[in-house]
Formats: sequence, structure tokens, C-alpha cells
Amino acid sequence: MTAEVSAAPPPAQTPGPKALFMAFLGVGLSGFGGVLPFARRMLVEQRGWLADEAFNETLALCQTLPGPNIVNLSIVVGSRFAGVGGALAAVGGLLGAPVVIVLILGALYTRYGAIGRLPGLMMGLAAAAAGLAAATTLKMAAPLIRRRPLSAAPFIVAAFAGVGLMHFPLIWVLLALAPLSVAAAWRPRS
Amino acid sequence: MKGGGVLVTLLIQFAMLSLVSFGGANAVIPEIHRQAVEVNHWMTDQDFVSLFAISQTAPGPNVMISTLVGWKAAGLAGALIATVAMCAPSCLLTFFAAKAWDRFGESPWRARIGAGLAPITVGLVCASAFFLTRAADTGWRLAIVTAATAGVAYFTKLNPLWCLALAAVLGFAGVLG
Repeated sequence: MTAEVSAAPPPAQTPGPKALFMAFLGVGLSGFGGVLPFARRMLVEQRGWLADEAFNETLALCQTLPGPNIVNLSIVVGSRFAGVGGALAAVGGLLGAPVVIVLILGALYTRYGAIGRLPGLMMGLAAAAAGLAAATTLKMAAPLIRRRPLSAAPFIVAAFAGVGLMHFPLIWVLLALAPLSVAAAWRPRS
Repeated sequence: MKGGGVLVTLLIQFAMLSLVSFGGANAVIPEIHRQAVEVNHWMTDQDFVSLFAISQTAPGPNVMISTLVGWKAAGLAGALIATVAMCAPSCLLTFFAAKAWDRFGESPWRARIGAGLAPITVGLVCASAFFLTRAADTGWRLAIVTAATAGVAYFTKLNPLWCLALAAVLGFAGVLG
């Protein structure tokens, strides 16, 4: 076994901070309604920086940690190839352009949002955005409930009720449910 | 200058959210709303829902909602502080976790904790969707738009941007009010 030193096999050429910045800049700009598919395409298919298997493992790690998965992914990939500088370059590339774009849109909304028919436009947009959030919930919930009806469903309902219906502060809901949910999902080593 | 106080509040609130946002920014939408509208009165309900819609329409990760909330609360400085505060703590954690992971390899603990947190994440994302739906759907026509968008996004592979565009056009035409 030569691969036991690093989880990710070394790529053909190791990208530096500049290459990482440019690559994640492209990902940030292309991700309408979900950046992850674009990140996978860039890392695995276009640049070959990660093998398919390594991508899945890295993503699983990022999903376990708090914070946006895609931001975490940029940190892991950037630091693996080019240390702290690489991590900063990757996350800067990912977030830089979207921050500027979203601020321009926000400024336009504040200035013109109440004029003429634009409130109607925003209402339509908000209703559709809520629908997207609902679809994301369904996509996440369906496979989980199918696989683990007893150990997952009660905690989905409890987290939803605590935050969505009872309006308890999020941190209390997490502290109360996380230990129980981890215990319920506990399984002997497979 | 009262702006300084707002910046400190933004920094603290989003830094704390960063460390509990399992599943990303969309899992903490109700909490961001509670802070921005109910506790700190930075904006109205309507503003919040509109900013969320903007964050979904623009390219980039969902974390952009924190940029917009910060901007609405305290201008450009607020936007930058909210964005950095929402990302930096979880990024630091990820940085060190990745180092440990590369060094020690896959731990059975990681998979177990991940499996335990997954249902809670789904419940939180569900609470966000519920909150956004209730806030956005002030009439039955808007509720139809939400349901139709959810159906298209769940059952088809169509780019969701088309739904947003169509809803915006219908809203602009005054059909939805």
C-alpha cells in the first residue's frame, strides 16, 4: 500500500493558490441554485484534482462539519494542495464574485424594490424560492426516512417542531437532540 | 456612532450560527430571521423574504443570505463582517478537521456522528422551508407557485432558475397579487 500516507492521491500536477482561486471562482459563478454539482464537475471531471472516490469521502467529511458544505470543500481542497494560502485562495475565489453580485442585487432591490410592479416580482420570486427550499427538504428527507425509518424520522420531526413550530433557540434544540440522535444511529462497526 | 454596535452584534450572531449550521446556511434560516427581524429589528418580514429570494436567484452558495442580512443591517461593512463571521469559524474547524483526517484516516466516529446529525439537519432544513413558505405565501396564487416550483424541482431535472424566472414574470405582470 503506497496510498496510506494521504487520503487523496496526488494529482497529475499540484495546483497553486492562483490556480485554486481561478477554479473556484468559476464554480462560484456557475452555481445557480446549488453549487455542489459544479464543484464536482470541476474537481473530478475537468481538472482531475480529485478522484471520484476521494471526492465522495471529502464531501462526507465536509457534511459532518458545520458550515456550508461547499465552503468547507473549498477549504479542504485548497489546504490539501497549497496549505493555508491555498485554502484562503479557494474560499476567496468561491465567495468573491457571488458577494459582489448579491450586493448589487440587494442595492437594486432597496432602491427600486418598492416602485411600480417590482413588489409583485419579488413576491413571485419569494414564493418560488420557498418552493425550492421545500423540494430540497423532500430530496434530503426521502432517502433518509426510507433507509432508517425508526432511528431518523423521530429526530427529523423533533428538530422541525422545536425550531419551526415552537421557535426554540437553535442551539438548545441541537444540544438536546444531537446526543440522542447519534445514540439512535449508533451501529456496531460494519 | 451606533453602527459599531450593530457590527459587533452581526459578528457575534453569525459567528455563533457558523458553528451550529450543520447542513449549511439553509438550516439556520429561521434563526437568522429571529435575530434579524424579531430581536434586532434590522428589517421587516417582507424584506427578509425578499433578501432570501435574491440570495437564491444569484449564483453562489446559500451563505449569501448572511451577506445580504449584514448589508441591510449595517451597509457594506455589515455585509463583509456577516459573511466572514458566517464562514470563518466553520472554515477554521474544517481546516483542522481535514488535517487530522488526512493524518489519521477515516475514523468510525466521523461516520457515526454524521449519521446521527443527518436527521437533525433535515428537520432544520424542513423548518426553514416551512418558515419561508408561510412568510412568502400571502395568497392562494402564491401558494400555487410554491407548490408548483417544489413539484418541478423535486420530480424533474429542469434548472430551477426557470421556475424563479417564470414566477418573477408572473409577479411582475400582477397575476399573483
